[in-house]
Amino acid sequence: MRKSARLGAAVFGVVLAVSACSAGGDEPAATAGQEKVTLSYAMWDNNQKPVMEELGKAFTAAHPNITVNVQLTPWEGYWTKLKAAATGGAAPDVFWMNGPNFQLYASNGVIRPLEEEITKDKVDLSVYPKPLIDLYTFDGKHFGLPKDMDTIGVWYNKSLFDAKKVPYPADDWTWSDFNEAAAKLSDPAKGVYGTAAQLTSFQEYQYNTIDQAGGFVISPDGKKSGYDNPQTIEGLRFWTDLIKNKQSPDLKTMTDTFPLQLFEAGKIAMYWGGSWNVSEFAKNDYTKDKVDVAPLPKGQKQATIIHGVANVVSAKTGHPAQAWEFVKFLGSKQAADILGKKGPIPAYNGTQSAWVAAHPEFKLQTFLDAVAYAAPFPVSKNTAAWNEAELTYLTKAWTGEEPVEKAAAELATAMNALLAKE
Amino acid sequence: MTLTTRRSVTKAAPARHRPRRKDRAVEALWGYAFIAPVGLGLAVFYLWPVLQTAYFSFTEWGAFGGHTWTGLENYLRLAVDPEMGRALVNTLTYTVLGLLAIPLAIVFAALLNTKGLRGVGVYRTMFFLPVVTMPVAIAMVWRWLYNGDYGLINQVLSLVGIDGPNWIADPATALPALVVVGIWSSVGYNLIIFLAGMQAIPKEYYEAAAIDGAGPVRQFFKVTLPLLSPTAFFVSVVSVIGSLQLFDLVYVMSGSGSSARSNPAFPRLETVVQLFYERAFVTNDRGYAAAIVMALLMLIIALTAFQFRLQRRWVHYG
Repeated sequence: MRKSARLGAAVFGVVLAVSACSAGGDEPAATAGQEKVTLSYAMWDNNQKPVMEELGKAFTAAHPNITVNVQLTPWEGYWTKLKAAATGGAAPDVFWMNGPNFQLYASNGVIRPLEEEITKDKVDLSVYPKPLIDLYTFDGKHFGLPKDMDTIGVWYNKSLFDAKKVPYPADDWTWSDFNEAAAKLSDPAKGVYGTAAQLTSFQEYQYNTIDQAGGFVISPDGKKSGYDNPQTIEGLRFWTDLIKNKQSPDLKTMTDTFPLQLFEAGKIAMYWGGSWNVSEFAKNDYTKDKVDVAPLPKGQKQATIIHGVANVVSAKTGHPAQAWEFVKFLGSKQAADILGKKGPIPAYNGTQSAWVAAHPEFKLQTFLDAVAYAAPFPVSKNTAAWNEAELTYLTKAWTGEEPVEKAAAELATAMNALLAKE
Repeated sequence: MTLTTRRSVTKAAPARHRPRRKDRAVEALWGYAFIAPVGLGLAVFYLWPVLQTAYFSFTEWGAFGGHTWTGLENYLRLAVDPEMGRALVNTLTYTVLGLLAIPLAIVFAALLNTKGLRGVGVYRTMFFLPVVTMPVAIAMVWRWLYNGDYGLINQVLSLVGIDGPNWIADPATALPALVVVGIWSSVGYNLIIFLAGMQAIPKEYYEAAAIDGAGPVRQFFKVTLPLLSPTAFFVSVVSVIGSLQLFDLVYVMSGSGSSARSNPAFPRLETVVQLFYERAFVTNDRGYAAAIVMALLMLIIALTAFQFRLQRRWVHYG
């Protein structure tokens, strides 16, 4: 307890101190020239650090005057640290950006619009999936080039399917096929469930079913919540019904033991997860030879959420020209080819075959085929504020304390109030 | 502190050396020189941030700095924010229940203070171990102990036919479960302080009490407890402040980070500092967050002042 007090004070103190110390850190802007420059490049994924360093070296090989210093900050502290650094005007030159945070950084002028550079260097944006280009566009300006992408699929446990003699999911399966399979696979007495209606990862769960039901999370202009839309509510009810019918563990159980852990212990037959789960499932002793992946089932229509990380440039970088060169390189086919062998799915169209080939034991083509019907990740200027409201209000629907319509209507009201403040 | 030292110095050696005015000024200067490093550190890393936070609590403070003066708006919002009310109730409940650690620590300390007890060092280490363990590690381990389906506690309960709850996900049990961990992890620290307090009580008092016919139990209540009251006062002030600032334990145990909110018991677990953390670092509502901690600071000052007033009634200084 005492430690916690000091920790809290220290965290706050450090943040303030960082902002105080680095307030005068603006370097004079330099033009691209012959001088030696080191670019700082911040990222959060430890697994990708080696491949990012490899990319940095490949870039230096082509641009001998520019070296890249890859700075890893683990996900838990990445945004807090970046925010503190940006507040003090000392953000890294180039850094990873994600969808939920992008508009916050763009609207506050923390990152540089790259519109002029893209036009001048004739960068072809059509090589990236359009929802990703749109995700990193604010006020009609492009702020970043997509680095990688991910889509969602249904990971299923083949041995649980075999045990109950349920056929494996077909590529064109529907919500009712899914529900039927979930009913047959569930065996609550043994603690085995057809699926897990996870509340905490909207990207893998709710956002997909909301799109499949024909609903929406946020209006295209980013001003209005879609949670009071009847079709959106159907997308939520898909999950609450599964809990009610005991085809998913209840929320208490999922709070104690996360669905991923349950899936890896053979307690969940179908786990909605991302393409990023590949490395985890390929390594895990239980899942490596028991699971495979199928497309998401079809509701009113077929849909999956697509997301990807982009590389962006700090508005206060002392080396804007070099930083742009680096971002352009990271978005190139050459970089995508390097990335695809070691890391996540590269965003550059046509460079993904190496990624698919890396794990022939899974039908990874599923994730690439999904790009054709992928829907954008819902965001606004202060996404984090209503992401918190989503959990606050929908928890009541997930526990069954409130009917899903009521919880969703309350959420819509709260979210609209938050959007009005943006 | 300085007052008492000065008084004792002049008292001890009045005849030998009568300090002149100038000497005393030099002495004072040296004193300030010696405390300067600490004082400077405090000023830069504690006092200045506190003042800044106080200022920011009257502003709307954007995610990347840049603030506009909004006067009392944050405080008016705070007064009617149901979430703040809820967090306050949880924090105060935790604080009051957490005080149970004090009698518990006194009992354990008295047991360890028994004459001729063997292996005191081993017990002391055992009790003190949670204090030197990282709170996050403690929280992770207890999270598993409390797990509804696979936790050790429920496994043991099932042996006697009890179907235990999801301890930290059930609104009815979550806060008590948290209090147990809080007490468990702080009892060792309190115990060491009480043990020191007990060992400082002169043996003569016990001998006199024994001659008057007081048994061990009576001695404990009539001699040990009253003479331990200054120690108890110190411990209660420190633990109340610590409890009011509870964060890491509940942050990790309720479901680590952003997923904490999906815990059905979250409304019964959320603490004031946790709410501050979310407003300051998650939802980018920093002016409001500053108002939350300023309110907490006022509460801590008020409760501590209250304890100092109350001590006249029950604390005996030898």
